[in-house]
Amino acid sequence: MSYVVLRHRDIPGIDKLDVYEKNGGFAAWKKVVTGMKPEDVTKTVKDSGLRGRGGAGFPTGMKWSFMDNKNWPHYVVANADESEPGTFKDREIMEKNPFQFLEGLAIASYAVGANVSYVYLRGEFWPVAAILDEKIAEMEKAGYLGNKLFGTEYSLKIFTHLGAGAYICGEESAMLESLEGKRGQPRVRPPFPAAVGLFGKPTLINNVETFTNVPMILSNGADWYKGMGTADSAGVKVFSLSGRVRKPGNYELPFGTTFRQLIYEHGGGILEGRPVKAIMPAGASSSLIVVDDKTLDMQMDYATVRTLGADLGSASVIILDDTISIDWVINKTIHFFRHESCGKCTPCREGTYWMQTIADRMKHGQATSDDVDLLRNVALQMRGKCLCPLGDFSTMAVVTGIERFPQDFKLPVKA
Amino acid sequence: MSLAEKYPKEVKQILAKYPPEHKRAAVMPLLYLAQRNDGYVTKDAMKDVAQMLEITDTDVASIVGFYTLYHDEHKSKYYMQVCTDLPCALRGADQFMENLCEHLGIQVGETTPDGLVTLEAVTCLAACDKAPMFQLQGPDGLEYHEDMTLDKTLELIAALKREDKQ
Amino acid sequence: MTKQVTLTIDGKQTTVPEGTLVVDAAKTVGIDIPVFCYHPKMEPVGMCRMCLVEVGRPVIDRATNQVVMENGQPKIQFLPKLETACTNKVEDGMVVLTQSEKAKAGQKSTLEFLLTSHPLDCPVCDKGGECPLQNLTMAHGPGQSRFLYDEKMHLAKHVPLGELIWLDRERCIQCARCIRFQDEIAGESVLGFDERGRSTQIVSISDPGFDSVFSGNTTDICPVGALTTADFRFGARPWELQASASICTQCPVGCNTTLNTRREAKEDGEIVVKRVMPRQNEEVNEIWLCDKGRFAHHYTESKVRLTKPMVRKEDKLAKVSWKTALDLAGEKLGEAKAKSVVLASGRLSNEDLFNLKALADGLGAQAILYSDMGGGDLVAQVGMTQGSNLGALGKGDAIVVIASDLYEEAPIWWLRVKQAAERGATLIVANPRATKLDRFATFSVRYAYGDEIKTVQNLGRKSKIGDAFAKANNAVIFFGSEGLGLNGSTNLAAACAKLLEETGHIGKPNNGLIGVWQRVNDQGAWEIGFQPEADLATALKGKVVYVVGADPTGDDPALAKALNGAKFVIAQDILETATTEIADVVLPAQAYNEREGTYTSGERRVQRFYPAVPVTGEARPDFVITAQVAKQAGVIMEGISVSIAFDILAASVKSFEDLNYAKLAEVKEQWPQVGRSELYYGGTTYENKQGLGVQLISGAQRGETVSLPKVQKETALRPKEKELLAVPINKLYDRGLTVSPAELLDQRVGEATVALHPTAAENLGLKAGQRVKISFDGVSGEAVVKLDESISTGVALVPRSMGIAIREPALAKVK
Repeated sequence: MSYVVLRHRDIPGIDKLDVYEKNGGFAAWKKVVTGMKPEDVTKTVKDSGLRGRGGAGFPTGMKWSFMDNKNWPHYVVANADESEPGTFKDREIMEKNPFQFLEGLAIASYAVGANVSYVYLRGEFWPVAAILDEKIAEMEKAGYLGNKLFGTEYSLKIFTHLGAGAYICGEESAMLESLEGKRGQPRVRPPFPAAVGLFGKPTLINNVETFTNVPMILSNGADWYKGMGTADSAGVKVFSLSGRVRKPGNYELPFGTTFRQLIYEHGGGILEGRPVKAIMPAGASSSLIVVDDKTLDMQMDYATVRTLGADLGSASVIILDDTISIDWVINKTIHFFRHESCGKCTPCREGTYWMQTIADRMKHGQATSDDVDLLRNVALQMRGKCLCPLGDFSTMAVVTGIERFPQDFKLPVKA
Repeated sequence: MSLAEKYPKEVKQILAKYPPEHKRAAVMPLLYLAQRNDGYVTKDAMKDVAQMLEITDTDVASIVGFYTLYHDEHKSKYYMQVCTDLPCALRGADQFMENLCEHLGIQVGETTPDGLVTLEAVTCLAACDKAPMFQLQGPDGLEYHEDMTLDKTLELIAALKREDKQ
Repeated sequence: MTKQVTLTIDGKQTTVPEGTLVVDAAKTVGIDIPVFCYHPKMEPVGMCRMCLVEVGRPVIDRATNQVVMENGQPKIQFLPKLETACTNKVEDGMVVLTQSEKAKAGQKSTLEFLLTSHPLDCPVCDKGGECPLQNLTMAHGPGQSRFLYDEKMHLAKHVPLGELIWLDRERCIQCARCIRFQDEIAGESVLGFDERGRSTQIVSISDPGFDSVFSGNTTDICPVGALTTADFRFGARPWELQASASICTQCPVGCNTTLNTRREAKEDGEIVVKRVMPRQNEEVNEIWLCDKGRFAHHYTESKVRLTKPMVRKEDKLAKVSWKTALDLAGEKLGEAKAKSVVLASGRLSNEDLFNLKALADGLGAQAILYSDMGGGDLVAQVGMTQGSNLGALGKGDAIVVIASDLYEEAPIWWLRVKQAAERGATLIVANPRATKLDRFATFSVRYAYGDEIKTVQNLGRKSKIGDAFAKANNAVIFFGSEGLGLNGSTNLAAACAKLLEETGHIGKPNNGLIGVWQRVNDQGAWEIGFQPEADLATALKGKVVYVVGADPTGDDPALAKALNGAKFVIAQDILETATTEIADVVLPAQAYNEREGTYTSGERRVQRFYPAVPVTGEARPDFVITAQVAKQAGVIMEGISVSIAFDILAASVKSFEDLNYAKLAEVKEQWPQVGRSELYYGGTTYENKQGLGVQLISGAQRGETVSLPKVQKETALRPKEKELLAVPINKLYDRGLTVSPAELLDQRVGEATVALHPTAAENLGLKAGQRVKISFDGVSGEAVVKLDESISTGVALVPRSMGIAIREPALAKVK
């Protein structure tokens, strides 16, 4: 099988403009601008079954079609704020296959009628932004970006914008606030960005990986893409494999690949040959899946993972083996979310802090037997009440960890 | 000297990215420029940026306070920021950090006695497959150091020290 | 008309305009959904998550687009998650449950979360007793916390955000009401959050700290005791306070206030004013107050209050009985008759001024308004009229502000004008220098001092600005006294009145002329018939002068000289002044908060104020003293009942026709409901139960012939090359009698300044901050140099009431 997103693994030097062009680069872009109506582009993406790769898995074409066409201008923002612990795919894409990402972003911009688009990168991706700036300049020079593209009336500019260290900016409304030069705190929704987004205008936001799929879909057709993966999860996905495996890394595989295949065929198995104890399929905001033989043979797609009591999310698969105690795991995730809580809404601001105090008490042997239950209670109390998903995310590992791995909590857990 | 006077080209480039009626959007890149200039974001730089964008000093300060990559005080020339989040910790990041502290004789959050490097623990840097890793924030920007060992790190610090003395 | 929407909240049906938020809709049926971050005057943000409720919507059949019915009722589908009542707008058929088990659990959980970080130091907290957090905890909170007390974050408790407002970081619940107030309402983003997560804290790095004249309002709307005023902090517990309705005396806006008082041991058991709070009047000040109104109230308890009548004996003032003083004063006035002068200021009430005018009329003497600003007679004809409300101006309307810095002179008007501009009104700001209103102006017109008339006349010509004004549905002009003396401002008023008349913007609500007066009741004085005198010094010479509520001797050396040359001086005031010191008879008057009365605002709204504290010494109300003096001089008037005095005024002065105290005390329901008694939804502002006041009907509205004076040609002084023209400007925090006793404001009052263009300063070899001597017209004083790039090089700006007597532009020397 040849790569769709991580094509640099097939084609050395694809980050060079001439190499990219030689391998069909920007053909889709030219075809779209010179010969397709925006709504037809959106339809192709809709038909391909492509879903958002940032975590929520929302159908991409549908999202494009939501843009309010009574309010202009429109903007597109690429979400390159990759910050979920366990996720490291977008960085590889942007560093190694930048043109394909930018081409996808350009096609999306055309589809929704945006003339200015931004790539919002986490601040730590400063060197990545430098690469993209260079590539954007090359594209401008080659006539792929700028005014009146390919002799049409359509113009497009792409700019990079660096965040400065805030996980919450991966949440799309917080990202827009940040891009507007404010504190990256989520907005109340509705209105959704498709109606009121960047600078108050309709805005499309997709993940880097999502955009990177687009040029190939336009080149090869919706059916080609749909032919990969499963019925509910079309196409390929870059799985970021990390944790206690021998060969952590990014693996582009069709949806429906089993955990076993990912871990053993691609990831080289577990360190020291130990058994898998738990899997977090969506990074630190993941629920913990209890692993037995049967679980390992489950397919990785949105629907199947849900049957395991978790979400596939951005497919940041963290593998925990039997040397790892779950109370330690949730202490780590709690610390992460406490650090990244923006402080805007009460349950998340106070809840993550409270969870941390309890988790640290447990870590330092100062907890009473009620504390595990209290921790679970506090987490449950946060759920469904926060302004944005971060609050709920912070409770996933906590609740499922306590409920599914009671033996790992040194203090007795009440039934 | 104001940023606009010192870096006219960069400032112009930054402002050109955003619609003129929303020039406030330029606050983050301008703060990076200010930080590059002074090593941290000074009070004067905040005033300068505020004036340029027609927002208040407090507006700018609250941006600096929200994002972790801006420093409003000068601690050291370099910040060695080790990721100790879950995926890295599963691959020895905590142990790496502990060893590093021991060899440098400082605690997390402290600066080496020569004032060159501040050691910090940070959240995920999107390099989970290459732990232990850290980013080095310095006057010239930021770079990732992946698949690190204690020896490689100490070598790097020694090199920074030599460079600093020159 | 706005579409109406019907929904059901806790089984009660209510119909409200489309766009109403669920939380406000609930209020209409008496349901208080608990809130912290939501404030009815600000955009909802959904941050605190206190107002969680269950929201159900009718199920719509997609095929037929009809509401699905179930047992004859619309089928309601509830969302799985609780929603915030403050961010959800009402929808037809919506069903809201605020008291269900699930909703209550949500509210309780938010409170438990909030309290994990709150210090619960209610026993020592200023807010205790009127604290939303305290009240909502009692109503909705958990009885016990599961959070370990030891693990609370300890944060700084005494952080000055400036010298006026203090922050207690532990108590702050990060609702951002204060920050949003500064951003959205005051338009001055001088507060912000620093850091994030649980470390989030409020900061201000402006210079001076919390640099806004509206800062005190944040303490009213703070739902906890995090923000307190330096004035009231640790001053009293809310439940010890008595509340009396009053009117702010600091400027012509006429903000409705409540004076909170209590007995004070350190004041020998006297009842004193502990704080000034806003009282809701949506057509005047809404629920806001400026900091001058809030903090400058201390003058009434000054140590130099006059307590006993005095009479000059052998060159010294000696305390005497009222009878002795009144006999002497009356006798002198009675003898002098037309050779006496009544000189009174707009600090006095309508009733006081009416009696004084009656006395002057009885004697055949001149009644002079102590003011260097003219045009009030025109305002009486073509000013604001009954039914006007700046809060109603918006799209399609126009507002002109000329020769006035509203931010410094009448902050709440500034706020109201800014809001009108934000609602879409065309705002034309014309001033010779940059002011804070420019930012909100549709058109910012800069003219040279002296070009005021030309500027107004230009507005009447065909141009983009002229058309915007002429075609406006409603148009209001604020005119002031920046750079102008009496003649200049009188002429400016005439030019403005003419423009309004020509464009048809008179004689109807929300149209007309507003004078930005220097005192609270200047407009009342004009309505009653007082007029300023251009040559005041000459008018006083050789006369028996009855000076009331004014300090000419202290204000201006020229007037001091004139009063020295008067035949006999009777000074009536609340405080010892330079004038009372040289007077022959001194009559102690009661302060506004010791008595009843009415003021007429610049928008011509007559409003009542009520007694709040006991009388100081033997002081009497001004109208009573005047009646008693008049009696000795042979003129009879009401001297006992203030409401009867007002009735007589109403019967005599056309514009006050049919008014009486009962009408002035009428109230109606106001929106938004701020509900002080109901969990302090809108903050600790007071409900208005004592009267919204009544606006006077303008002459033009009554159908009287409008007679406008001819607009004079400009004769203002112009600086020639190398000359410097000193021009007066007005400053909010000045050294006026009613400000300087408030020590808290010392820093904001600062030193006298003289503002120069940087080039002018350079030419004179002067630097910013340098102390210089400025002299003109026989006046000289020291001032600190300030630079202002927005003015021309030929002028030097000198603020009024800062110790350098400047009444009108004059050629000056700066050294």
